[in-house]
Amino acid sequence: MNETHSPAAPEAEVVPHDDHDHDVSKHVNKYLLVGAVLLVFTLLTVFLSYVNFGSHKANMAIGMLVATFKAGLVAAIFMHLSSERKLIYRVLIFTFFFVFALFWLTYLHWYDPVIR
Amino acid sequence: MDIPYTNTARPDTGLYNAKIGIWLFLASEVMLFGGLFSAYIFLRLDALPGHWPHGLLNVPVGTMNTAILIASSVTVVLAWAALKMRQFTRYKVFMGITILCGVIFLVVKLAYEWPDKFHHFGAYIREDRLEKYEQYLGNHHLLEKGLEPRVEITGHLHNHEALHDPNIHEYEVQLDQVYADPTNPSSDRPHFWPLAKSDKIAHIAKEDVVHAEMFVPRHNTFFATYFTITGLHGLHVLGGVIVFTYFWLPIGANLYKRNPEHLANRVEVAGLFWHFVDLVWIFVFPLFYLL
Repeated sequence: MNETHSPAAPEAEVVPHDDHDHDVSKHVNKYLLVGAVLLVFTLLTVFLSYVNFGSHKANMAIGMLVATFKAGLVAAIFMHLSSERKLIYRVLIFTFFFVFALFWLTYLHWYDPVIR
Repeated sequence: MDIPYTNTARPDTGLYNAKIGIWLFLASEVMLFGGLFSAYIFLRLDALPGHWPHGLLNVPVGTMNTAILIASSVTVVLAWAALKMRQFTRYKVFMGITILCGVIFLVVKLAYEWPDKFHHFGAYIREDRLEKYEQYLGNHHLLEKGLEPRVEITGHLHNHEALHDPNIHEYEVQLDQVYADPTNPSSDRPHFWPLAKSDKIAHIAKEDVVHAEMFVPRHNTFFATYFTITGLHGLHVLGGVIVFTYFWLPIGANLYKRNPEHLANRVEVAGLFWHFVDLVWIFVFPLFYLL
């Protein structure tokens, strides 16, 4: 590797621009739009929770589906995860793995011979 | 000594220090809330019939608070964008709105929603005495319809001293609407607008009760999980408000004059935390208020 950057490089001299800085102004409308979509979907969640989909489980599944979509929007757009650096994704892969394992343990308890 | 990459991206990762720092922190936060949510699933799936209450939280207020939190997520990202475009006044305005939203959220939670629960009373009826209170519970009607039974009577407690005085042998409860007219089909499912209390009074003998208290965390599993998760979430909101206020005060202006990009990075990182707090609430709201 041709490492030329010394750790003590005076940062003030470097022009601080990573590659998606210059078009920040273009994103402002997108942020407003996503905010509006999130508000509409909040009202939709409330409305759907009063619709009888046949069973409580069905209502639960639909409510969680809408919530996951909203959370996805927040993560992808507001938290910039739609275009983030590789290292961040590498960190988050571990998080997903462990959180999945955690919820899977909750599911496993249905097979616990002691209480069933 | 200058610390490298506080301000500019490290060439090989493309990230400045704090960006990695906050994501590692958020990864641990996912596990923290993940643990609590999996406990919630665990407890809820194993709740006995009738032991997971519905419709006890104020949905309009919860919806409003959700909207406030979403709005603040938009304004914090606009505050960051303003700094990136070097518009400091705009930044101050959007950051000010964000802080205000956070404060309103906390005030609604701590000054209205929680105290409202602490003034609400519930008594779990012993299984062998449920029949005695059938006029309030309406379980024959629910059984016919294939709905979960009611095992608790709730309302406004008139004789508070009954909670502590062993010489008082009954609770005098001004009933919630559901228990005043339990066989009314409109009570089968929760309502969007909270119903006013009925003027019907019930006398519940202490000997017929498994346990009775105000809606505090120990009242039932629902409130234990509700107060734990919304409490921890509220602490996160408070943390975010404190950090944003710090950047909003002259300390932020001074940093901006010295190095605007540094302030922008700090606001971005604090904003990432704030979006995460919003993201958690997106799940809390339907799980506790609606479903």
